[in-house]
Amino acid sequence: MKYLPTARLDRFLEDAAKLRKIYVPVDGEQNRAAYRLWMPGTVVSKALNTTRSAKDFFFPQTENLVGFRRTEKKLEIVDPRRETEDFAVFGVRACDARSFSILDKVFLSDPADTYYANRRAHGLVLSVSCRRPAETCFCTAFGIDPSAPEGDVTFTDDGEGYYVRANSEKGEAFLESLSGVFDEADEAGEKEARAQTKRIADRLPLGTLPLEKFGGGKTKDLFDRPEWSSLSESCIGCGTCTFVCPTCQCYDIRDFDTGREVRRFRCWDSCMYSDFTKMAGGNPRLTQKERFRQRFMHKLVYFPENNGGEFGCVGCGRCLRACPIGMNIVKVLKTLAEDGNES
Amino acid sequence: MNPETMLPAICTVTEIRTDTPDVKTFRVVSRDGKKPFEHLPGQCAMVSLPGIGEAMFSVTSSPTDLEWLEFSIKKCGHLTEWLHMLEPGMEVTVRGPYGRPFPVDDELLHKNLLFIAGGIGLAPLRSVIRYVRAKRENYGNVEIIYGARSKADLVDYDEITTEWTRDMNVHLTIDRAEDAWDGHVGFVPNYVKELSPSLDSVALVCGPPIMIKFTVQGLTELGFRPEQIYTTMELRMKCGVGKCGRCNIGAKYVCKDGPVFRFDELGELPDEY
Repeated sequence: MKYLPTARLDRFLEDAAKLRKIYVPVDGEQNRAAYRLWMPGTVVSKALNTTRSAKDFFFPQTENLVGFRRTEKKLEIVDPRRETEDFAVFGVRACDARSFSILDKVFLSDPADTYYANRRAHGLVLSVSCRRPAETCFCTAFGIDPSAPEGDVTFTDDGEGYYVRANSEKGEAFLESLSGVFDEADEAGEKEARAQTKRIADRLPLGTLPLEKFGGGKTKDLFDRPEWSSLSESCIGCGTCTFVCPTCQCYDIRDFDTGREVRRFRCWDSCMYSDFTKMAGGNPRLTQKERFRQRFMHKLVYFPENNGGEFGCVGCGRCLRACPIGMNIVKVLKTLAEDGNES
Repeated sequence: MNPETMLPAICTVTEIRTDTPDVKTFRVVSRDGKKPFEHLPGQCAMVSLPGIGEAMFSVTSSPTDLEWLEFSIKKCGHLTEWLHMLEPGMEVTVRGPYGRPFPVDDELLHKNLLFIAGGIGLAPLRSVIRYVRAKRENYGNVEIIYGARSKADLVDYDEITTEWTRDMNVHLTIDRAEDAWDGHVGFVPNYVKELSPSLDSVALVCGPPIMIKFTVQGLTELGFRPEQIYTTMELRMKCGVGKCGRCNIGAKYVCKDGPVFRFDELGELPDEY
């Protein structure tokens, strides 16, 4: 077990940046923290979490998949990929750390998405425990422990520094090559720091949710519930929830003609958009009600059905803060669970 | 399937047949002149014109067609309008095959088969029909009930009337009477009820959603069970491998868990297609 006093965080990052690119959360305008490449002088944000999730590192908002050049009548394929450099992300919270294992289930399942797999192979996740989870946090409802996040290396915050523990071979090798910056520590301190976080986490207002009404096999119970109409009534279909969500992974594939070549790229898409399922011959999700229902049914029923019961939500609370009409997965869960009791 | 699922193969269009005023059949081979890949009847592939778009089409040739793939494509949107402007010798990209095929080598083996198609809905069934014809001794009696708006809209009319009638019972119908038509007139679902096909057969149904709905209703009235009826679904698709998230019906992805579904399986899914 190693220990890194907060005063030595900059030195750790400086040393780490010599090994690989390292990204850290940095405060931006309007208290919006965002991941930035660490450079000497970069101040690590003290915010609980970044406005956008950390999924960009492995599933970027836009990404070129393949290129085409056309000469007379002939086509030529161009593979735009360059070997991704090794990088590390420091400051990933427990919710986002779990989101990676959820994204893995989509992108690494057969046939694996080689673009995502390549980024995962080159990325190192340095997670940090949450000292004070926020009122909008509900990771614990989904079985996530904010005091002990997943990741290649876990940094457990005790207010004055971090207990540092490697969880993977990759993480171990990384710590090994930086050993000079850490103090030795015993596990009791880490345990106490975790207990402090747990005491707060146990009192979170949204810390338990009625999930027993949801999960694989519940499609018939939930799909035709009348509450979908009132829940979705004010949804403006902006898709913000899907963009800030660490587990939303739907994407579009489109072509862009640069004049010199055609670039086929993928970009984040949203099931909340009216043209998401639109075909030349019609649209199976005609109104916002069907699109809204799809998003929550996917996270709460379809995803668990296909993935051994795991829910497609990590309780990060970003959608609670970002939705312009104040709708969110917690309200959906509670509404459908309550009314289900009465019927 | 290529492990690099997003990298397509460049293929040459060697032959284009005009089937109907808005349906053309494209024969494609890879650059070395061979069949681009092996598939099973009912499977699909992503066909693209780079810069225009990419979309999922069922392979309408049979695995027993050894030298090429064929796609019968109706002009009904942006990409398909461009595809209809292609000329032989031009190149497209193809990736696949995708999805679950019709169970031609297990559940359908030695069975009496009843194909029911409407309009362009014949395209995905054509692959199965050609396969069954190539291995005719492996299947029982075969009935084909096929209808379109008019005689001119019957896809593969020549192949049907000169070849399929040799070893299968073909029943054609068109929606409205025409001077040059002495065959049956009427909608497919009604014609199916009129013909009252034998209950000891497996039905494979494809066509516009409304035609499928009424046909299956009719079959059910005749006594067919959902386990005896197959169809093939179509929803918007982008990736073809169950990741981009748009072709799901409930927890099933049409691109990977379908496109072929048995009606008892569809009954378990929400009515959102």
